[in-house]
Amino acid sequence: MSVTAPELQPESQPSGDIGARLGIIDCDIHPYFKTPRDLDPFLSARWRQYVQEYAYFVCGPYANRGTYPRFSPNTSRRDAWPPGGGLPGSDVGFIREQLLDAFNISHGVLEPLLGGNVARNLDAAAALSTAMNDWQAAAFVDVDSRLRASILVPQDDAEASVKEIEKRAGDWRFAQVQLGSKTSEPLGRRRYWPIFAAAQANGLSIGLHVGGTQSSAPSAGGWPQYYIEDHHVLVHSMQNQAASLILEGVFEAFPRLKVVLIEGGFAWGPTLAWRLDNHWRKMRSEVPQLKRPPSE
Amino acid sequence: MSARDPGVIDCDIHPSVPGIKALLPYMDPVWREAFVLRGIDGLEMQSYPPGAPITCRPDWRESGIKPGTDLGAMQRQSLDPLNTRAAICNVLYGGQVAVSETMGAAICSAINDWLIEHWLDRDPRLRASIVVPAQAPQLAAEEIERRAGDRRFVQVLMPVACEMMLGRSYYWPIWEAAARHGLPIGLHAGSMYRYTPTASGWPSHFLHDYVAQSQTFEDQLLSLVTNGVFAKFPELRVVLIESGVTWLPGFLWRAIKTWRGVRAEVPWVSQSPAEIIRDRVRLTAQPMDAPPDAKSLDRVMNQIGSDQMLLFASDYPHWQFDGDDPLPPGLHPDLIRRMRVDNPLETYPRLKETLQ
Repeated sequence: MSVTAPELQPESQPSGDIGARLGIIDCDIHPYFKTPRDLDPFLSARWRQYVQEYAYFVCGPYANRGTYPRFSPNTSRRDAWPPGGGLPGSDVGFIREQLLDAFNISHGVLEPLLGGNVARNLDAAAALSTAMNDWQAAAFVDVDSRLRASILVPQDDAEASVKEIEKRAGDWRFAQVQLGSKTSEPLGRRRYWPIFAAAQANGLSIGLHVGGTQSSAPSAGGWPQYYIEDHHVLVHSMQNQAASLILEGVFEAFPRLKVVLIEGGFAWGPTLAWRLDNHWRKMRSEVPQLKRPPSE
Repeated sequence: MSARDPGVIDCDIHPSVPGIKALLPYMDPVWREAFVLRGIDGLEMQSYPPGAPITCRPDWRESGIKPGTDLGAMQRQSLDPLNTRAAICNVLYGGQVAVSETMGAAICSAINDWLIEHWLDRDPRLRASIVVPAQAPQLAAEEIERRAGDRRFVQVLMPVACEMMLGRSYYWPIWEAAARHGLPIGLHAGSMYRYTPTASGWPSHFLHDYVAQSQTFEDQLLSLVTNGVFAKFPELRVVLIESGVTWLPGFLWRAIKTWRGVRAEVPWVSQSPAEIIRDRVRLTAQPMDAPPDAKSLDRVMNQIGSDQMLLFASDYPHWQFDGDDPLPPGLHPDLIRRMRVDNPLETYPRLKETLQ
C-alpha cells in the first residue's frame, strides 16, 4: 500500500505496540478450583456438609461431572495446566503469565462454569452462588485487579437472585450477572423478569454463557449419543434464548437491558433473523407485544 | 408457462385427513370399534394447529372445508396453476405422533390405504410418501414392506422429532427397509413432542416452536452422520422437508470444524460431514428462509456448495408464499431448472421410473 499523506509517514505512524497502550478486554475467562475444598471457607457448616454428602445435585446421570465426556481433560488446552498443580484456570499467577500479560489484557471477565448455581435444591443453589461469588472476588479479583467477577444467581429462584444482585451491585469487583444458555424455561418467560429488572436497575448486563442446567433434553429430538453432537446442539440453546427474549418482549419491557451471548458462535445470527422475520410476518397475531421485526 | 414446459415436480404437498371417520373403513374391526366407542377423534398435530396461519394460505381457505381435504381445491389452487407434472403427497396426522405404538400403526396404515383410494387413484399426477409409525420401527418396516410394491409410493415419511435421535440403532430397521426398496426417508417438520422444543424448556409461542425446528433438523442430520447411518446404509438418502434451507451453510461450517477437532470419537465418519451431506441429503425449498435481498440469497446458495441439493416444493396448502411464484427472487435460472425437474428425478428413483 502506498503512503502519500505526510501524517501517515512511517515515523508518525502509531508504534506496533498500540495494543500495549490500550489493552484488550477479555470477556470470557474460566476460573476453576485448585482443590474441591476451595469453596469451604465461603460455605456455612450446613452447606459444607450438604456438598460432601450430595455433591451439587444437578440434572444429569453423574454426581460429579457432566453428561457428555469432553474431548480433552477439563475441556482445556493441554498447555493450560499450571506447573504448580491444580486445574487450568485455578492459578492466578499462571493466568497472569499465560493470558493477562502475554496478550496485554487490561481487564478480564471471569465466567465460572462450576454448576452450583443450577443445583436442583434452590437453597443449595443460593448458598453455592453466594459462595462462588465470594470466592471469585477473594481468590481472583483481590489477587489481580485486572480480573472481574460475574454475579452468579440461583436463577430458578427469582427472589433470591434479586437479593444476590443487589448485594453485589455496588461492588466494583463484579462486572455482570451471569446466566447459562440452558435454563429450566426459556429466559423470556415471566419468572425471570425480576432478574432483568434488577440487572437493568443496577446498570449490569446479563452475560449468557453457553451451558447451564440440563433439565431438558439437548434436542427436541432427544438425547444425542456423542460429544460431537452435543457440542453442536449446545449452541441452539443460545439461539432459542435470543428468540425467547425477543418474542416475549423482554427488550420492550427493559429498554436499557443488555444481553451478551458468550461462547455460542454467531454465524447463526443472520439465518435466525431471516427465519424469525419470515414466519413472524405470517404469525404476528400471536405476538402483538412485538412491535418491530425480530431482526431489528 | 409455455405449452412445451414439461412441468414441475412438487416435492411437498399436503392432502389432509378429514377426521378419524374417513380412516375407519381401512381399519380392522377391533380398531374401528375402539375409535368409535372411545370417541377418539381430533388428532390434528400440535405442529400444525388447523386454524394457525401457517396451516393454510389465507386465500386458499374455504369456509366449512378443512384445508387440504379437497382434491378439487388442490387441483385448482396448486396442481394446475403451477403446471405440476408430479407431486408428492405428505400426510401429517395424529398416527405419526401417537404414544401408543399399535394405535399409531393402525392409523398410519389406514392413511396409506385412504391415500391410494381418495388421492392417488383420482389424479395420475399424484405420488405419495408412505406414512409410518416411527414410534415402532419394526412396525414401520412392516408398513414399508406392505406398500413397496406400489410404485406410486416414492418415499418414507417421518416427523423430524421422534422418540429418539434418529442416528440411534433403534431406527435401523426403518433405514434398512427403505434403502432396500429405493425409498428415500423424508423427514418433515413436526414433532412427537416427547421432549421440550428447546433445551431450555417450553416456549410460550407457536412461532417459536416453528422457528426452532430448523435446529432439530440440524440435530437429526448430525445424528445420522455421526452415528454412522450413511456408512451403514450406502443406498440411503434423506430428504429434509420444510426445514427452511438457509440454516444449512452455518450448520456445515460448524459440523466440519467440530468433526476436525473430535473425529477420533466417531472413526467411522471418514469423510467430512459436508461431503456426506452433499452426497446423500436433499432439502425441499419451501419455506426458503431467505434474506431480504436477492444478492444475499445467491451468496447463501453458493455457500451451500451444490446445485443438486434443493427440490422444488409448494408446501400446499401451508402458507409459505403469496402470489403465483413459490420461489424467492435471487435464484439462478440454472438452479431453478435443476430444482424443478432434475434434482427430484435424481432423488426419487421411483419417480424417474414412471416419468421418463
